[in-house]
Amino acid sequence: MRKLLSSKWTKVVVFLLCLTPLGALGWRAFHGGLGANPVEFVQHATGDWILRFLVITLAITPLRKLLNLPDLIRFRRMLGLFAFFYACLHFLTYIGPDQSFDLSAMWKDVAKRRYITVGFAAFILLIPLAITSTKGWIRRLGGKRWQQLHRAIYAAAVLGVIHYYWLVKSDVRKPLFYGALVAILLLWRLGSWISKQRSQAPVRVAATRASVNG
Amino acid sequence: MLIRKSPDLTYADVTPKSVYLDRRNFLRAMGIVGAAAMAGKGLFELALPSHTALAATKLTGLVKSPFSTTEKQNTFEDVTHYNNFYEFGTDKSDPAKNSKNFNTSPWTVSVEGEVKKPRKFSMDEILKIAPLEERIYRHRCVEAWSIVVPWIGFSFSNLVKLVEPTPKAQFVAFQSYFDPQQMPQAKYAGIDFPYVEGLRLDEAMHPLALLCVGMYGETLANQDGAPVRMTIPWKYGFKSIKSLLKIRFQEKQPPTTWNRLASNEYGFYSNVNPTVDHPRWTQSKERRLGEIFKRPTLMFNGYGDQVASLYNGMDLKKNY
Repeated sequence: MRKLLSSKWTKVVVFLLCLTPLGALGWRAFHGGLGANPVEFVQHATGDWILRFLVITLAITPLRKLLNLPDLIRFRRMLGLFAFFYACLHFLTYIGPDQSFDLSAMWKDVAKRRYITVGFAAFILLIPLAITSTKGWIRRLGGKRWQQLHRAIYAAAVLGVIHYYWLVKSDVRKPLFYGALVAILLLWRLGSWISKQRSQAPVRVAATRASVNG
Repeated sequence: MLIRKSPDLTYADVTPKSVYLDRRNFLRAMGIVGAAAMAGKGLFELALPSHTALAATKLTGLVKSPFSTTEKQNTFEDVTHYNNFYEFGTDKSDPAKNSKNFNTSPWTVSVEGEVKKPRKFSMDEILKIAPLEERIYRHRCVEAWSIVVPWIGFSFSNLVKLVEPTPKAQFVAFQSYFDPQQMPQAKYAGIDFPYVEGLRLDEAMHPLALLCVGMYGETLANQDGAPVRMTIPWKYGFKSIKSLLKIRFQEKQPPTTWNRLASNEYGFYSNVNPTVDHPRWTQSKERRLGEIFKRPTLMFNGYGDQVASLYNGMDLKKNY
């Protein structure tokens, strides 16, 4: 398993897998498979995949620890970037077919509709994360600050779920399902943070001093 | 009162689509039933007693209607595979899949309440109330998409005149069929069933308000509200109740399903109105199925010349 995870080819395979939702949409588009409302179909499909990729990205750290598979980290950046990629497609279907590329109409819509507001905010939050996803940016920001910045993905995931929840008319099963996944993943982090605080409490002062000196 | 004579054929005498499409069965059917049933009736193509395939049965001899739009019609495929019919699931593609075995025969619509002649109508009787017209209407969903559909039916007022509402009757309450056995998806819909809707009596009496039994030259597909539904083209689609079971005339305004769920989002009137937004999205534009970009939504869905006077003196921002 570990060998598989560290293989160069696994990354290629995962990359191609991440592209299959787009491929499936393309295939449907050329075979009349997008239904009576193709714009909505693409909006819903890309929206679903943003949430799925955010959940998978957020699952990497817990899975690394729980399964003792540290090499899973190799896929995290790519998965996060695919969440952003599908978010860009999702945004394009909004600014294009929905708003006819009218920026002032879009801003009005963003300000007025709360489900658009939170969805748009989630998208904006992902932009700096995508930009600073490179090794160079990790170096420039420093590991700690980089990590703090990238915690914005928590907010993006929560906002994404709210966006979905506020959009549906009455059947809230799917938004609640994503909400539950995001909640579990964030609560796990809270839990591990608390237990870390407890176990490290006596040595924290020393650790801080050490880092200042270092 | 306007009750025209209608042919003696019954609802069950019409031909299932599967039969008329199949030449051999077509000929056999003629053999079984004989030419007598076909003679001079005109309304239906030929006779075949059937209780199996009442959905998608051809209706002919339709009268053209001056209310029809000349706009491009949506395809039968679109109108039967993009449906809101929450009893059969909340995804647009669910009703087509989950309503396949929906049993709509026999079917009885009961009319009760403040009427001098309460009664039950069988589908046969409903089809004889008035000559069937084809009415090509715009249909605007509250979700900001729209379609153009060649419905078949007649003005609901024809039925109202038969039952003679009393002076007390101010509103008409409609109720859909509901059977959790046949509609197992309904429990996830998040709304209460049976689905109920309502109109003011003068709205219901408006000639545009259609008691609808078919579309595209056939009886209604199950997912489009078979065997009989309302079609009220100047209101959002959810006002047009499907698979109609009960009609009640009453003094008080009846509760309506979506209004009960979220009264700030779905009013009793729910006239198509581009100037009153849904709290969560704009109603000023709509996407006609088959088009990419949105088009402006018309007041009363473009039927303002006919229906605006129903709402004289009313604040439509309050009575949304």
